Parts: sequence; structure tokens; C-alpha cells
Amino acid sequence: MISVHFPVLLVVVPLMAAPVCLLLRRLPTATWVVATAVSWLCLFFAVSLLLRVLDGGPISYLLGNWAAPWGIEYRVDVANAFVLVIVASIGAIITPYTRQSVLRELSPRRIYLFYVMFCLNLSGLLGISVTGDAFNLFVFLEISALSGYALISMGRDRRALTATYRYVVMGTVGATFYVIGLGLLYMMTGTLNMADLAARIPAVSHTRTIHAALAFLTVGIGLKVAMFPLHTWLPNAYTWAPSAVTAFLASTATKVAVYVLVRVFFTIFGKADVFELFPVRDTLMGLAIIAMFAASFVAIYQDNVKRMLAYSSIAQVGYMILGISFATVTGLTGGIIHLFNHALMKCALFLAIGCVFYRVGSLNIRDYAGLGQRMPLTMAAFVTAGLSLIGVPATVGFVSKWYLVQAALERDLWLIAALVVASSLLAVIYIWRVVEIAYFRAPPEGAPAVAEAPVSLLVPTWIMALASVYFGIDATHTVDIAHKAATALLGGGS
Amino acid sequence: MTPETAMQLALAAPLVGTVLIVLTGNRPNLRETVTLVTAVVMFLLVASLLPTVMAGGQPEVTLGYMLPGLPLLLKLEPLGMIFALVASFLWIVTSIYSIGYMRGHHEQNQTQFYAFFAVALFSAIGVAFAGNLLTLFVAYEVLSVSTYPLVAHHRTDEAKRGGRVYLGLLLFTSIAFQLVAIVWTWLATGTLDFVAGGILAGKVSPTVGAVLLVLYVYGIGKAAVMPFHRWLPAAMVAPTPVSALLHAVAVVKAGVFSVVKVAVYVFGIDFLHGLAAGPWMQYAAAATILLASLVAMTKDNLKARLAYSTVSQLSYIVLGAMLATEISVTGAGMHIAMHAFGKITLFFCAGAYLVAAHKTEISQLRGIGRRMPITTFAFLIGSLSIIGLPPFGGLWSKWYLALGALEADKMIMVVVLMLSSLLNIAYLLPIPIRGFFCEPDDNPGHGGDGRIHEAPWPCVLALSVSALGCLVLFFFPEPAYQLLGKMFAS
Repeated sequence: MISVHFPVLLVVVPLMAAPVCLLLRRLPTATWVVATAVSWLCLFFAVSLLLRVLDGGPISYLLGNWAAPWGIEYRVDVANAFVLVIVASIGAIITPYTRQSVLRELSPRRIYLFYVMFCLNLSGLLGISVTGDAFNLFVFLEISALSGYALISMGRDRRALTATYRYVVMGTVGATFYVIGLGLLYMMTGTLNMADLAARIPAVSHTRTIHAALAFLTVGIGLKVAMFPLHTWLPNAYTWAPSAVTAFLASTATKVAVYVLVRVFFTIFGKADVFELFPVRDTLMGLAIIAMFAASFVAIYQDNVKRMLAYSSIAQVGYMILGISFATVTGLTGGIIHLFNHALMKCALFLAIGCVFYRVGSLNIRDYAGLGQRMPLTMAAFVTAGLSLIGVPATVGFVSKWYLVQAALERDLWLIAALVVASSLLAVIYIWRVVEIAYFRAPPEGAPAVAEAPVSLLVPTWIMALASVYFGIDATHTVDIAHKAATALLGGGS
Repeated sequence: MTPETAMQLALAAPLVGTVLIVLTGNRPNLRETVTLVTAVVMFLLVASLLPTVMAGGQPEVTLGYMLPGLPLLLKLEPLGMIFALVASFLWIVTSIYSIGYMRGHHEQNQTQFYAFFAVALFSAIGVAFAGNLLTLFVAYEVLSVSTYPLVAHHRTDEAKRGGRVYLGLLLFTSIAFQLVAIVWTWLATGTLDFVAGGILAGKVSPTVGAVLLVLYVYGIGKAAVMPFHRWLPAAMVAPTPVSALLHAVAVVKAGVFSVVKVAVYVFGIDFLHGLAAGPWMQYAAAATILLASLVAMTKDNLKARLAYSTVSQLSYIVLGAMLATEISVTGAGMHIAMHAFGKITLFFCAGAYLVAAHKTEISQLRGIGRRMPITTFAFLIGSLSIIGLPPFGGLWSKWYLALGALEADKMIMVVVLMLSSLLNIAYLLPIPIRGFFCEPDDNPGHGGDGRIHEAPWPCVLALSVSALGCLVLFFFPEPAYQLLGKMFAS
């Protein structure tokens, strides 16, 4: 049965598609077709894996049939199957959007490069999620990071280059920290397989080496997550990257990094009592709260809409980190569900911004004047996803908030619960700034006529916007999956 | 048709109406027909449920699960029945009124107006039918968001500011207080269902109960208990039909309705009675009643005065709920209906003055009664009903509220109610009296040639119907009284 090989096919298919795109470089449309086909194929793999895992428990796949822990093991449980579905579905829905968006924003000679890098990036992100080997994870982390740098640098504005450069430096520091942490773990345990690490760490968890390893891993992954105060690379990178790239990376790359953090905390260190000795989680809780407020406040003062949403992402990552730092089933459920929910709504928002950029060619909030009348569908999608970001009931944002508040109240952290709701109200301010300008301010005299965005951009945007409503009204399935994932992660890391 | 089907159809009708309104947007006559037909259909569906509820039935429909263990649940009980009846009946009247007003006043974006109006009614009925706190909260927030475009309808800077205060305050109170209270209730009791006798008793300590009460009363910002009342005067930038139906009936009543519902079905009046925060909330409501009336007296803008009057009247209902006796809660429930008819009449008249005579300030209304006798007479009836004088419906609700205060041994609250009635007289009655008995100003304004010049006939028809309603409710308060009595039956 071919379906046995789905875990590895998830990585191999997009990886192989990259050189294919390179060979097809004279036919930009063909590269787009390849990337689209690959991303939908990956979605198929991911969904069928999730269904199998929900049905029959974790799947272990031995690469090349070399037995773990010596060989590389791909291990799919509910947690990473869910992340795989998130990444793959975002990829699948964005690829139709990329065609016209990229055509507008990139020089035609570079289009094939975009799809090469897109396939590599997809492969890297899926690889990070699927692997059960901590070093293999690093390899994929680098694949996704390097292709990510390339994608961001394709932005037309030359500031994309400095933004990329900054991201390269920070990202490399992050990756290095991760490897150092991993090296320390290897030194103490002699293994790189996650399950094996989880079994061996408790015996040595009191040593300072292990504590140092945890610290290195947390900081390294924290850089990739854009966890406050390691977020400085993110706003520029998101702002100057091509629209489609921002939408894709914002809803997948940081999410996958959050997943890695969850994996390290609850699988690799799941059985160790290291958190009692080393207050990483409490530190993270504090940082998450600061991120939720500081980044939201900064977002309020941005005039560049894309940059505003980038800061909003830093704040939203704070919610996920907060959920993780509770280390309870409800908290972790909240963190994981917000991973999914935020991917939907932020993707919709960035796609809507991309539609505006396609027609108006500007990211400045002033140029949104009158768009409520001139691009009604795009702005309606923006408002829908924006309401979701605020957390109005019947949107996904509400579901996340519900679980985070519940988790805080469960642990009698009244102040934290109050801070969660208070910070979500800050989103009202920055979203409504855009709404008021788009709907209340007349376009300046002599502004060129602007039509609604093309259908191929609108459809993916609206799919995401509607998904962020649908999964808010019927959240039973997603919450159920997140709850199962959280229970499994806290149940000793299988 | 089973009651369950009727409930779902009543909820679906305004949504279908919204779609049809948008589709027929280019043909105003057809569009308004759609609005009217939708309103009538919805009212008939709601009315068809009355016999079931009168017989003590509480039809229940699960629409689906929103979160694991937490369904979107519809359950019709007596209080919701009254709210749904009032809102859906007055939607018909308001639709007729809107046709005259919006055309007479040459408003822009009328399709958008009618479409969001229908969505607002959908969520108001959702509030009325909500079977648990989660459903109530969802419908409540959809109502806040869907009425924002109506408040900001004119797209001016003033509308923008008004809309900002409106949405900001409603979202702030509901998310910062109400949501926390709901999650807390869920954690403490494991249920969010509305159960006769309440769900909190025995599950939380009186201290926690007191905190929750404060969170609920202020979290339901639509009840406009001071200091979270600013959104209501801010909402007056909206076209008058919006102020009439939404900010005298649907939205504000959704707020006080939620307060009563939480008091009766989440706390239970017995548990509520023993809470330390109960008296404080009574004082908060009493203070709002008096302060808002005093502020109303200072307002020369007619709609602003009516808005503060509404703030004051809403706290009657909050007070009735916080007194936590069967009679006071019955009075609160009746006041939802009585105040609705009285206040919507007053807003209709305010809109008629604007359309026919272009007058917005009270000082401009001297002698208006000669030019617009029907409108001014309807204003008089509405005022008398709000004040609580016979033969108008407003008498009954005040009567039961005062009785409830006596039963709860709160003489001071009776004094507050009487004092407020005096204030009502002071700020409402001079308007029609000056209208009838004073000489008009030197500046006759629009159409002031001394002859009768009423607003367009749909406006006059609507305000006559609602004024008549005040009178009818005086003679037939029985059904409402009996219906509300069933809240405590089981």
C-alpha cells in the first residue's frame, strides 16, 4: 500500500518538485501548475494521515527501514498531523492566489524561482512537522529557513534585501542555538530520536548541561517563533516580502516553530522534572503577556497596514506561547487551537492586503481611503477576518480566547485572564483604524479608479475568511483534535 | 408546523430576507416589499408559538455544537416570547415607518440600511430564543456588530465618532466582563443552560456569586447601567428608524432582557436575593434612573433627550431584576414591552418632526402641534405611557415594579420610582404641551405656512399604530402577566 509511505511522500514530493520547477524555468505557468498540483497532493497526504492518526493512534515510519533510534523515524501523532494539515491546506489555498499576485509583484524572469523556493519551503515546513528525529528537524528547519530568506528577498522594494539580511542573521543565530542545545542533549544521552530522548533525559535532568540545553533550545526556537523579545526580524521581513509570501509564511512558518517548541517542551522534556528546577515556562508566560500588549500597541501606531498586521502576529504568537506556558490540557488546547485559528485569520488578512496591493499598489493606510466602496468584497473579507482577530463570537478568534481564559481561570490566574481579554480589545483599535479609513474617508481628488480584485485573488481570500467564521461556529472538530493532541502531549510525550 | 420548526423558520426568515433585499437592491419598491413581507412572516411565525408557551411548553432546538459540550441551543421561555413578540411586531411598524422616512429624508445607501436592519432583527430574535448563555452571547455580539453600519450610516465624521463609541463600549464591556463571567460560570457549574431556579446556587460561594453578578450587570453593556451608558446617546447619529427600533427596542431590550434572564435562570432569584452585591446593583440601577433623567432634562436635542430617557427607563428593568422577587421580575418583563411601545412612538415622532419640519431641537418645537397634530398627539400618548399614567400600558409595569420593591422591603426604591416619574413628567410633557399651546416661532422653517403638514403617511400610520399599542396594553396586560408568571412555575 502506497499510503504507508505518505509520511515521507509529504516531504519528498515537494522536495522533488523544486528541481522540476527549475527545469521548467522558461515556462512560468508550468511551474505554477507543478506547485499547485504538489501543494494539493500534500494536502491530500496530510488529511489522510490525520484521519488515520485520529482513527488508529500514532504512526511510526522508518526512513529507509533503518530501525530507530539509529535510523531516522517519522512519527505522526495527532499534534503534528494537525500541524501538517494546517501547513498543507494554507499552501494549497494560496497557490491559486500566487499566480496573478506574483505576476504583478515579481519580474517575470524570477517567477520560476518563486515556485522553486515555494516548493522547498513547503517541503521544509512539512518535514519539520513530520519528523520524529531532533536532528532531522534541524535539517528541515534550515531548508525552510533558507528558502524563506530567498522568498522574502524577492520583494520588489529594495528594503526587502535589508529585511532579509536581518532575518538571515537572526535566523542563523536561532538555528545555531538549536544545534548547540541539541549537541548538549546528544552529549548527555547519546541519542537524537525524540522518543528516545524523552526516555533518557529524566535520568540526567538535574544536570546543568541539560538545563543549558533547554535554554539554548528555547532561545533558538524562540527566534524562529518570533517570540518577544526575539521578534525583531519579523516586521520588516513580513512588510517587504511579496504579498503571497507574507500570507504563506505568516500562517505557516511561525506556527510550525511554535509546534517545535511544544514538541521540545512536552515530548522531549515531557517526562523530566526539569521545569520545576528551571522556570522556563513562567518566564515564557511573562514574555507572552508583554508580547500581547507591546506588539499590539506598536501595531496601533503603524501606517503601513502590512507592518501593522506583522506586529499583530507577534502579539498573537504571544497567545500561543501563553497557552503553552499554562502546561495544562486546557491551556495547551488553547495554544494549539490558536495555532490553527490564527493561521486562518491572518492568512485571510494578508491575502486581502495582497488584493489591495494588487489594485492600489500601496500598503499605506492612507491609500485605503474609499476602498470600502471601491473594493467591497476585498474589504468585507478584511473586516470578517479582522473581527475574528478581535475575537467576536462566531469567529475562530473567540474559540481561542474562550480556551485561554478558561485555562487562566482554571489555574486561578485572574490577572492573566483579565489581561487576555484586555489585550484582545487592542485589536479592535488597529483593525478599526483601517475600517474607518476604508469606509468613511473619501478617496483623494484625482485618485485613479480602482476596480475589485480579480477572482483568482478573491476566491482564496474569501475561502480563508469564511473558514475563519465556519470554524468559529462549529469548532467541535478542531477543538476535539487540539484537545486530543494536548492530552497526548501532556500524557508523557508519546 | 411544530413549534420547533416555527422557531427555526422565525430565525431563518430575516436572513433569507437579507439576501433578497440585497438582490432586489436596484428596485426600491420590490426591496421594501421584501422587507415588509419578511417582517410579517417573522411576526406570524413568532406569534404562532404563543399558544405553546402559554400552555407552559418550552420548545427546544439544538442547532449544532459550537464547542465540545456547548451547543448553540434555542429554547423559548415566557420572557423570550414577550421580547420576540414585541421586537417582531414593531419591526413591521418600523418597516412601514422607514419607507416614509428614508424616502422622505432622501437617505443614501438604503439597500445597505434595510439589509443590516434584517440582520439586526435576526440577532435580536436569536437573543430572545437563546437557550444557553453561549448562544445568548453569540447573538448579543452579532447584534452589536451588525448594528454598527446602521449607527454609522451617514458616513460623516460625527457618525464615525458615534460608531466608535458605540462599538467600542459594547465590545469592551461584553468581552472584558461578560465573557469572563460566562467562562467562569462554565468552569464553576459545567453548564451554561438557562434553568428555572438558576445554575449557580450551591456551586459557587456567595462571594464569587457577588463578583459574577457585578461582571454580568456591567458586562451586559446594552443594559446601559451607568457608567457604561455612553454608547446609547452616541448611537443617536443613526437614522431615526434605527434609533426607534434598535435603540429603543431591539438592542437595548436585548441588554435588559439578558440581565433579567441571567438573574432568573443563571442566578435564580433565591440565590440572587442572598448576594451581598445585590443591593449595590440596585443602587447602581437607581442612580442610573435618577441621573439619566436629570441629564435628559438638560438636553435640547430631542433624540438626545429621548436617549437619556431610555437609559433611565432601562434601569427600571435592571432594578426589577436585582430586587429579585417574583413580582418585581414580572414588572421588569412587562416593562420590556411597555417601554418599547412608548419609546418607539416618541422616536417615530422625533423622526416625523425631522422629515416634515426639519426640526431636531426641542426649543424649535413650540407650536408644532398646530402643524402636525397627529404626530404631536401621539407624542403626548407616548409620554404619558412612559410616565406611567392611566390609561396607558406604562402604568402596569411601574405598578408591579413598585409592588416588587415593597415586597422586597425596599421603600427607598419606591421613592426612586416615584421621583423618576416626576422627572419624566418634567422632561417629556412640556414638549407636546408647548407644541399645542405655544405660538410658533417667528421662523416657520420648512413648510411652515400655518396649514397642517404631517410627515409622509407611512410615518404617520406607524406612529399611530404604536401609540394605539400603548392604549391597548393598558386594557389587555393580562396575557403578558400570565405569561411571565410561568417563568417561576416549574
